[in-house]
Amino acid sequence: MRIDCDIHPFVPNTRALFPYMPEQWREMSEVRGIDDLHSINYPDSTPLTVRADWRPSDGRPASDAATIARQALDPFCSDIGILNCLYGVQTLFSEDLAYAYARALNDWVRAEFLDRDPRFRASIVVSLENIEMAVAEIERCAVDRRFVQVLLLAGSARPLGRRNFWPIYQAAIRHDLAVGIHAGSELRNPPTALGWPSFYLEDYAANAQSFQYQLTSLFTEGVFNRFPTLKVVMLESGWTWVPALLWRIAKYWGGLRMEIPWADRSPAEIVRDQIRFSLTPTDAPPDPAMLTRLTEHIGSDEVLLFSTDYPHAQFTDDEVFPEAFDADFRDKICNANPLATYRRLGALP
Amino acid sequence: MSPALPTNIADCDIHPAVRSMTDLEPWLSKQWIDHFRTYGALRQTHYVSGAPYHKSQPNASRRDAYPPEGGPQGSSLEFLRKQHLDGNGIGFGILNPLVQSQGVRNLEHSAALCRAINHWQAEVWIANEPRLRASIVVPYEDPEVAAEEIAFWADNDSFVQVLLLSRTSFLPGQKRYWPIYAAAAEAGLPVGIHAFGNSGWPVSSVGWPSFYMDEMIGHAQTSQAGLVSLVIEGVFERWPSLKLVLVESGFTWAPSLMWRLDKTFDTLRSEVPHLKLKPSEYIKRNVWWTSQPMDEPENKRFLADIFDWLGWDRLLFSSDYPHWDFDDPAKVITFPATDEQRYSFFIGNAKAVYGF
Repeated sequence: MRIDCDIHPFVPNTRALFPYMPEQWREMSEVRGIDDLHSINYPDSTPLTVRADWRPSDGRPASDAATIARQALDPFCSDIGILNCLYGVQTLFSEDLAYAYARALNDWVRAEFLDRDPRFRASIVVSLENIEMAVAEIERCAVDRRFVQVLLLAGSARPLGRRNFWPIYQAAIRHDLAVGIHAGSELRNPPTALGWPSFYLEDYAANAQSFQYQLTSLFTEGVFNRFPTLKVVMLESGWTWVPALLWRIAKYWGGLRMEIPWADRSPAEIVRDQIRFSLTPTDAPPDPAMLTRLTEHIGSDEVLLFSTDYPHAQFTDDEVFPEAFDADFRDKICNANPLATYRRLGALP
Repeated sequence: MSPALPTNIADCDIHPAVRSMTDLEPWLSKQWIDHFRTYGALRQTHYVSGAPYHKSQPNASRRDAYPPEGGPQGSSLEFLRKQHLDGNGIGFGILNPLVQSQGVRNLEHSAALCRAINHWQAEVWIANEPRLRASIVVPYEDPEVAAEEIAFWADNDSFVQVLLLSRTSFLPGQKRYWPIYAAAAEAGLPVGIHAFGNSGWPVSSVGWPSFYMDEMIGHAQTSQAGLVSLVIEGVFERWPSLKLVLVESGFTWAPSLMWRLDKTFDTLRSEVPHLKLKPSEYIKRNVWWTSQPMDEPENKRFLADIFDWLGWDRLLFSSDYPHWDFDDPAKVITFPATDEQRYSFFIGNAKAVYGF
C-alpha cells in the first residue's frame, strides 16, 4: 500500500467552477470578469510550479483525473492519492464570495476527480475570512468520507494557534479529519515578516519560515493540549528545519513557561504525537549521512508521509526518496504513517 | 566534561544601557533635546512605554544585574566590569546598544540619536575600558545617512562593526539598503545584524502571535528571511569580502536553510542570473553567527552536529549580558569539544572577524 499525501489538481479557470456555483455567483463572476483566481504562490510558468515533463503543450497541467492518474499515481505505484487543490479562493476578501468559491471548488474536486477514480481522496478547502462559514463547509463536505482532511494555508492572517480558529479543529476532530496546513498564503501579510521580497525564489523559500511560526503558535496556544487527538499535517513545508525549531521552542519554553501554563509536553513530544510532515520537498544536505543524522535529531520515524507534490518540480524522474532512507523506512512513510494520520483511510477496501 | 575555559575570551554581544535618555544629551542639539522631551522617539510599534510583548523580566535583564549605585541593568561600566568582564573572564567584548534610535520614524531624529549613542559609546565606555569595543549604530532606514555615519567613525579604533537590527522596514538585502553595505565594505567593517527592532510589519509572516515566547522564537525565522534576502539580492556577489555577523538570531536553523536555498536555487536559478555561486557558498564564505541563545536539544550531542555542519570557524561566543537569557561561558558548550574547537569558539573566530 502506498499513499501519496500531496497531489495538486489545477483548476483551469473560474469558468470550470461555474457549474458548481449558484446562479448569483456565476453571473457576478461573468459580469465582473472574475476569470481566474490563480494566486502568486505558484505562478503558472515558473520551473517550480510544473515539472517540465508534466507540463502540457498548452493550458494548465493536472486538470483532469486521467492525467493525474497517469502522471502521479501509476508511475509511483500509489494506491491512494490525496488531492490538495491550491486555487486562490483563500485570497478573496469577501466572505460570501470566498465561501461560494470554496464550495464550488470542493464540489468540482468531488465531481471531476473523486467520482472518476476510486484512488483519489481530497482535502476540504475553506476560507478563514469567516470561521462559521468554514465550519459549515467542513460539515457539508464531511458527509462524504472521501474527504480526509481540512486544508489551511501556512500564510494565514493570524497565527493558526489562536483561539478564534479552534472551532475548525473541533469540527475536524468531530469528523475524523486531519488538519493540513499547506505552503502558500492568504496574503493578508507579506510572505516574510520584513515585507515583500524581490524574487519568487524568496517567496517560495519563505514558506518554511511561515510553517515555523505556525508550529510555534500551535504549541504556545495549547492547541495540542486542548485537542490531544488532533493530527496536524504540514504539507510541502520542508522538514529538515524541524529539529532546530524544536530546540529553540524548548529553550524558550524553559524560560517562559509562565506565559503558557497549559504546555505539559515538550515540543518534541508534541511533534512525535500529533504533527506530521509531507516528504516532498526534502531540503536535503549534500551528504546522505547528514540526513540520516538529521532523522535522528527528529527522533521519530513516524512523522513523515509520502508525497510527490505533483506537479511541482521537486525531484527528477521517480527519485522521491532521499538516498539515505532504507526500505523499511520508506515503507513506513508510504503506508503505516499515512494510515495512522488520516483516520478516514482506515476503512480502505 | 567541563575543561577550563580559555582565558580572556571574546563576548560578541554585550548590551550597555543608558541610565535614562538624558545620558545622551551632551551630544544632542537643543532642538533634539526639546523634541525628545516633548514627542519622544516615534517608533513603528504600539506603546510609548515599552515593547508590544512584555518581557519576562524588567528591561529583559537579569535581576542580579542591577548596579549597586542604581539605574537599570547594563548602565554601569563599573558593575559591568566587576560582574561580567572580570567575573566571566572576558578579555574582549563588543557593545551592541539597543537604545531607541534605529528605526525611529523621524529619520533626522533617528540620525541624531544614533550619532549621540556612538559618541556615548566611545567616550563613556570604550575610552574607560580597554577590553571593550563598540558597534556603529546607524539610522538604517535612511541608508545614505547611515553610510555617512559609518564613514564618520570608520577610522576610530573604538568601533569594530556596523550594527543593524533584524526588523528593518524592508528586507535587508534590497537595493535601498546597499549604501550601508558599500560604506561598511569601504571601511572594512563587518555588518552585525542583531535580533529585534520594529519593522512596522507584524512580528511574523502569519500575523501577530499572542506571546512574548512566540516573538522570541520568531527572531530565528525573521533572521532567516533577512539572510535569504541578503544572499538572493546579491549583496555578497557585489561585496565578496563583506562580513555579516548574525547576532542573537540563533544558528541551528542555518544548515537546513542552506539546503533549502540550494535546492530552490537549482530549480529557479533563471530568475537570479546575478548569482554566480550557490546560496550556501555565499553563506559559508560571508556569514558568521553569535552563539546566544544556544538552543537546547534533548541530546546535547546534536548541537555538536550543527557546529560541525556550519564549521567551527563560523560561531562566535556571545553572552547577551545583562539580558535574562544570558549564556554563561562556563556552561555554554554542553558536549565534548577539543581545545582547538573551544579556542576558535571563544577567541579565535572573533579575532578573525573583528581583527582585534
